[in-house]
Amino acid sequence: MVELFASTIWPVIVLVARILAIVVPLLLAVAYLTYAERKVIAAMQLRQGPMTVGPYGLLQPLADGLKLFVKETVIPTGANKVVFVLAPMVTFVLALIGWAVIPFGEGLVLADINVGVLYLFAVSSLGVYGIIMAGWASNSRYAFLGALRSSAQMVSYEIAIGLIIISVLISAGSLNLSAIVRAQAEQGWYVFWHFPMFVIFLVSILAETNRHPFDLPEDESSLVTGYNVEYSSMTFALFFLGEYANMILMSAIASVLFLGGWLPPLAIWPFTWIPGPLWLILKICLVLFIFIWARATLPRYRYDQLMRLGWKVLLPLSLAWVVLTAGVVLAFDLLPTAAG
Amino acid sequence: MSAELFLFWLMGAVCVASAVMVISAKNPVHSVLFLILCFFNAAGLFVLIGAEFLAMVLVVVYVGAVAVLFMFVVMMLDINFVRLREGFIEYLPVGALVGLVLLAELVLVAGTWAFREPVATGVAAVEAVDNTRALGRLLYTEHFLVFQIAGVVLLVAIIGAIALTLRERVGVKRQDVARQVHRRREETLVLERVEPGKGV
Repeated sequence: MVELFASTIWPVIVLVARILAIVVPLLLAVAYLTYAERKVIAAMQLRQGPMTVGPYGLLQPLADGLKLFVKETVIPTGANKVVFVLAPMVTFVLALIGWAVIPFGEGLVLADINVGVLYLFAVSSLGVYGIIMAGWASNSRYAFLGALRSSAQMVSYEIAIGLIIISVLISAGSLNLSAIVRAQAEQGWYVFWHFPMFVIFLVSILAETNRHPFDLPEDESSLVTGYNVEYSSMTFALFFLGEYANMILMSAIASVLFLGGWLPPLAIWPFTWIPGPLWLILKICLVLFIFIWARATLPRYRYDQLMRLGWKVLLPLSLAWVVLTAGVVLAFDLLPTAAG
Repeated sequence: MSAELFLFWLMGAVCVASAVMVISAKNPVHSVLFLILCFFNAAGLFVLIGAEFLAMVLVVVYVGAVAVLFMFVVMMLDINFVRLREGFIEYLPVGALVGLVLLAELVLVAGTWAFREPVATGVAAVEAVDNTRALGRLLYTEHFLVFQIAGVVLLVAIIGAIALTLRERVGVKRQDVARQVHRRREETLVLERVEPGKGV
């Protein structure tokens, strides 16, 4: 019995505790990201934002959550019930499982797998299913059109993201996210070496998470709100949480690939004094600020312009950059020789 | 029963069951969803035998791209599956025959399976490194030519698909972003001082 406890049950308890240590702060972060978004946009538009619930409106996210929780879940008569309920769960779960491979510090990672980058790429490419299932199962034209737009958009921008990731991989010589951060400790952050790719990556993750100015799937003026128009209460809340958790996940990926993950900007005293996970969080916040800034600043793209940007501008640029990176690395004999 | 064995039986069973559901589900969209479940469990089986690169590529390529296109087609076409099933009994003998031939071939191949000498030694040599690196080394050294030819075949397929669907329509007004951006003020705008009561 004692042996069974030591060999099986205890590791499972530790694993669950570690998962909760990531998921609970993440959900809190999602709640307060909505608050931060409203406050930042309000400041940019010379308003005050939420001020009523709690001091400075700090309890607003809790009030919003409670409101969604006590509302009635409506399932449309013509809907395909199983798929309709499954879709928000898929979106939410996919937004969470990506965090398993994000390294918060040296050795501070839930699953330190060799193909971490590919895993993240796979998870982000699956995100489209939640939306397309929701659009189809709702049995509504607005929702279906939103889902079609969204899936075409996500599939298009994934290709640019994939090529950008390849440029980073050529420089780092590994698919392991911790190894990529360690390579940046030696070579300098990739935001300096791959600056154009960092910009394209930011644009692509805006499109990948269906955020402004690429939020055509939920284009209020032409589609009501797109794929989630038939959803209410907790099913809607799961979509909402999934979208924001995805934003944070994409910001974390950008931080790890380009901004040196848990590394301080300079390896000298006042910077090294701050622990690594805090640096990662600061960088994630920086990228999230850009997300919100773009929403407050830019008008929505037209759909054909969006497709043109993805296929005719970002894709050739990132492909050319892969060739350039490979050429430079080969010509100057800079091939990374990280031990496999 | 060890955890690995348990996972193998679980994922194998779900994989086979969902594969059966793919062909027996009434709703075509459900078929595609079961196909995705089947791919997932196959990826899980790949992870269990230590082929994590193949598992991830299976998910990225088949689930993330190919199945999305299936989904698109199935949703847009609105196929009436009840009518498709009408000839089921009629075609059953032919289908069973094809199935039997395929099964016989699979059994024959699996029964006489043997690795060619250089491949076997190559695998032994790369076991020390992780399997992404090992696959890369094998593809770019031993099987370089085949790999390149596969790429060319895919390129031909892409060009073929574009050539089949490309339509030249006359009378369509297209937006030329470069021209719009390079338009200057002098070309389009004339400033005139209009005196009151006279008009332009």
